[in-house]
Amino acid sequence: MLLPRALLLLFVTALAGKAHAQEPVSEGIQIGLSTDRVSITADFSGANLTIFGALENVDPLISRQGRYDVVVVLEGPPRTVVVRKKTRVLGMWINTQSVIFRDVPASYSVAMTRQPQDITAPANYRRLALRPENVHLQPLDPEENVSTLKEFRNALRARKEARGLYVEYAGGVQFLSRNLFRATLRLAPNVPVGTHRARAFLFRNGVFVEETSALLTIRKAGLEQRIFEYAHQRSFLYGLAAVLLAIVTGWLGRLIFRKE
Amino acid sequence: MGIYLPIAEMSVNMVVLLAMGGAVGFLSGMFGVGGGFLITPLLIFYNIPPAIAVATGANQVIASSFSGALAHFKRGSLDMKLGGVLLAGGVVGSSIGIYVFAYLRRLGQLDLIVSLLYVAFLGSVGGLMLVESVRAIRRARGGQVASLRRPGQHNWIHRLPLKMRFRASKIFVSIIPVLGLGAIIGFLASIMGVGGGFIMVPALIYLLKVPTNVVIGTSLFQIIFVAAFTTVVHSTANQTVDVVLAFLLMVGGVAGAQYGARVGQRLRGEQLRALLAVLVLAVALRLAFDLFVRPASIYSLATGAS
Repeated sequence: MLLPRALLLLFVTALAGKAHAQEPVSEGIQIGLSTDRVSITADFSGANLTIFGALENVDPLISRQGRYDVVVVLEGPPRTVVVRKKTRVLGMWINTQSVIFRDVPASYSVAMTRQPQDITAPANYRRLALRPENVHLQPLDPEENVSTLKEFRNALRARKEARGLYVEYAGGVQFLSRNLFRATLRLAPNVPVGTHRARAFLFRNGVFVEETSALLTIRKAGLEQRIFEYAHQRSFLYGLAAVLLAIVTGWLGRLIFRKE
Repeated sequence: MGIYLPIAEMSVNMVVLLAMGGAVGFLSGMFGVGGGFLITPLLIFYNIPPAIAVATGANQVIASSFSGALAHFKRGSLDMKLGGVLLAGGVVGSSIGIYVFAYLRRLGQLDLIVSLLYVAFLGSVGGLMLVESVRAIRRARGGQVASLRRPGQHNWIHRLPLKMRFRASKIFVSIIPVLGLGAIIGFLASIMGVGGGFIMVPALIYLLKVPTNVVIGTSLFQIIFVAAFTTVVHSTANQTVDVVLAFLLMVGGVAGAQYGARVGQRLRGEQLRALLAVLVLAVALRLAFDLFVRPASIYSLATGAS
């Protein structure tokens, strides 16, 4: 479960375009986070994250026709990922081939106002590196064979999708009024901890207008976080503590059950 | 009830883990084994990453061995000197094992080697035990008295140099096989997350001719220290020990062991061994099955290696 303070709220921003009233001003998009931290507690089993945002300088005509579209992305921290492929050797399935990718977003959750093909053309998504199939995947070895690279990129995306880490939710962004919107993003139970980046993209009549972003830290709550940090920063002492815990548990067990 | 494992970074069902620990503890109490060789495969079946299953299994082994060893410490039914020499070998074997473990993990072959080792060891130990116990049951039916053969004649081991006298065990043997045995157990402890009692006990009895009354105590004594060493080194080198996971398994295990011991006293020795053999073979078959059947996805992801 997310703690209540994790609810992300809107900072209503002053209209920026007032000074240039004469010129035709283009639309803007803002999202604001009331907190920059989300904590995962021991019983976390996935959750919805809500982000509120606003459009600026909205053209009433286009708004009435419903030709404004918003795509919100929550991108997990970049990690180095090894993709391994199993093949059959002597009847057994063994990892035989691997490709290493760097700076792979650990998670990639998208919410949008409508079906993706109704918002803009595939070429535009590609140009903006938007949607799971366009996430930029850079191999560590630049000399990597092109067809191998294609195969392993697809495999990486497919595995991420199967684990619920790369997800897309058409209809996940809803307009509450002419210029206020709410985006609902799905956090998987195994959502990676670290600094996530929320990005919002505004489209008008299928044309990309503006992008904005905000940072959000997802961390384990209290005890889980301390155990994790302790295990990684003071790993020797952590090991000793684990041994001590085992000895005390074994000893107590003996005491408790002998008295019966 | 869900609980989040901080090192495995996943949500699991707490009741399932307690029950798993309890069931293995029950069996270990019933059969007088540590249970590490069942915990690690069960964790792997439950989708815990093998690297974490192995390191956490070693941690869990300490609790069950310590609980069992307390009684032997009180009665003094253990050979400290023999245990010490075994331990010296164990520390060396475990260190080599940790290095190999980290290397295999980098190569992406750790899961395969862990499975293969389990299939080989569980398969052969289970098979031998089944054959032996079925023979014993037949003999008992035939009215003959089953006897543990303990021949007095010397074998090749007694011709090796560097002999040392172990008073509590009443043996005078070369320290080479003792160190070697300790090293093998240590190596297996760090790669498989087992205590190694299932190899140590028969080796002490049949190879070194240690009297049966000090075998279990000495074996447990050495296992506690090797498992503790393995836990600390795994934690330092690989950060794969999950204390939350280990604690749940320990609590279930320590409780289960007490009930298992009571049931075990009512069953006949050879029947008990036949049951354990079937169980060990079943785990080996299941692991082998996973190796040979086409996986749901032939691709897998691993994070962090650079």
